[in-house]
Amino acid sequence: MKNLIPERNDLLLLIVFAAAVMAGPFLLAPLGAGYPDLLQKFAIFGIFAIGFNILFGLTGYLSFGHAAFLGVGSYTAVWTFKLLSMNPIPAVIFATLLGGLFALAIGYISLRRTGIYFSILTLAFAQMSYNLAYSVLTPITNGETGLQLTQADPRVLDVAFGRDYGAVLPPSDLFGITMTGYPGFYFCGVVLIICFYIAMRIFRSPFGMMLRALKSNQNRLNYTGVHTRPYALTAFVISGMYAGLAGGLMAVTDPLAGAERMQWTASGEVVLMTILGGTGTLLGPVIGAGAIKYFENIFSAFNEGMLMQTFSFLPEGLQHFAVAISSKFVGEGWHLTLGALFMLIVIFLPGGLMEGVERIKRFVLRRFGGERRKSQQPAPTPAE
Amino acid sequence: MSILSVQNVNKRFGGLNALSEVNLEIEEGSVHAIIGPNGAGKSTLLNCFVGRLVPDSGTVMFNGQSLLGIKPHEINQIGVSRVFQTPEIFGELTLLENVMIPAFAKRDGAFKMHAWSPVADEGSLREKALEMLGEVGLAAKSGEIADQLSRGDKRRRVLAMCLVQDPKLLLLDEPTAGMARADTNNTIDLLKRIATKGITMVVIEHDMHVVFSLADKISVLAQGTVIVEDMPEKIKGNPKVQEAYLGGAHL
Repeated sequence: MKNLIPERNDLLLLIVFAAAVMAGPFLLAPLGAGYPDLLQKFAIFGIFAIGFNILFGLTGYLSFGHAAFLGVGSYTAVWTFKLLSMNPIPAVIFATLLGGLFALAIGYISLRRTGIYFSILTLAFAQMSYNLAYSVLTPITNGETGLQLTQADPRVLDVAFGRDYGAVLPPSDLFGITMTGYPGFYFCGVVLIICFYIAMRIFRSPFGMMLRALKSNQNRLNYTGVHTRPYALTAFVISGMYAGLAGGLMAVTDPLAGAERMQWTASGEVVLMTILGGTGTLLGPVIGAGAIKYFENIFSAFNEGMLMQTFSFLPEGLQHFAVAISSKFVGEGWHLTLGALFMLIVIFLPGGLMEGVERIKRFVLRRFGGERRKSQQPAPTPAE
Repeated sequence: MSILSVQNVNKRFGGLNALSEVNLEIEEGSVHAIIGPNGAGKSTLLNCFVGRLVPDSGTVMFNGQSLLGIKPHEINQIGVSRVFQTPEIFGELTLLENVMIPAFAKRDGAFKMHAWSPVADEGSLREKALEMLGEVGLAAKSGEIADQLSRGDKRRRVLAMCLVQDPKLLLLDEPTAGMARADTNNTIDLLKRIATKGITMVVIEHDMHVVFSLADKISVLAQGTVIVEDMPEKIKGNPKVQEAYLGGAHL
């Protein structure tokens, strides 16, 4: 545990990241995203994607079943609310642990295969979990209705500490601070910053280096004296814990859990987020998660009335034509926009949005700082 | 004393007898070359030493311990390192990282949860990796991405990756294949230096120049069996060897 402080560049990145998260409501207000519900989603899916990237970005194992751990996290958190306390801290701890436990079981079996077979196995397990939650496990998951709080819940810890919520269904609260709106966002935001810091440590550690070597050539790594299976499994469990934690936070900001959180579309979404942002980069998954949730929100909110206004500068015939075309890409059809955006990114920026950032940085440096940089840094530093 | 003892090893692939009744004793501290025409079973034999293949019958003992049925990483952990014919390993990582990975495997064992302190803090391990890169003449390129190296450099990198582990037995599958003559000579010098450190080596090689510069002893493999085993100077004139190799022409 010596030396908790990362090296200078990483420290800078961490500080800027933390500041950006904390200032999120102000920074994103001009984009129309400065309201707490959306900000909470940014933070929660950011955590989900950071964890997914520890598996996919570092080891190259593409899981198509991570929504299962998200769902497990949500159910665990709601049960913790029901049985123990409305305080979010035990809820997220149990959600993280149970997410990890499920990941251990599913990963242990799925990691016997690699490549597409691994992906199919994880997908199958996730769909099984989804169907179980809908049918056999109804006593635990409350089936189609979803798991909700009731007034009859025991909440033993709250009772023991004399907290009485009266006749209303309580929201989650952290020692009296209600976990909705901005406090809810700041709670998720702090957890996001901690998660980002842990991911950063993993990326820079010998463990992270082994995972990258595993992605590069797993077979040869075995002949180098490294037992690759436990490395892959540990990465899988860590990413499952991140997913469980994200699911737990969903329940913290809105105390209910449904099986649809485990559906394969949710598993696919986190893959899109990671690739869109930049696989294997620290910041990429958070940016990808933010971008997708932002576009979902903006484009799905558009309706024909708003489009008519937008195109009102056109002659009437053209206006109707433009609205007819573009209305297919907004509202319910926003996935069309997402698909088009995703294709553009993958074709022109295979490294995701982070590659775009890198290109702009390089362009700017070459244009404006090229000469100065050359004289300041005569030799490139080896490694790192 | 023999460090590796191979007795009555057989391996069939379908109708093909890849190895039949192979016997081999590798002296500790020696350089033992295995030569033979294409398809003689040389690489198959090496694969049986590192857990890539399991023979149908026979024994392979390393320092009195059987190598059969244990996993590749376990074989490496007890001191057997192998250089493969294709030198591609961790292409996306830097050269230094490529050498640090086997160094970690040697120090920390096959698995260690080492996820908190940064790689940058591993000063002594890094020094050792750099020293090995210096040994093979690649110190100046330590920061380069491994995929961008020339083929000769990649082969030397692989040697550094093995040497950083201080193996007891080093298995080399055509260490100079595809190298220019100057590079080949450098590699011979390097392998000679390694031999003086007391590391036992088994070398598969087609280039007779390399074989006769290095080997203390040579086994000739043809059609899955050892037909001759002798000192290099005696191998040259052996009619059986000439028969197997060239159908009677002189080496």
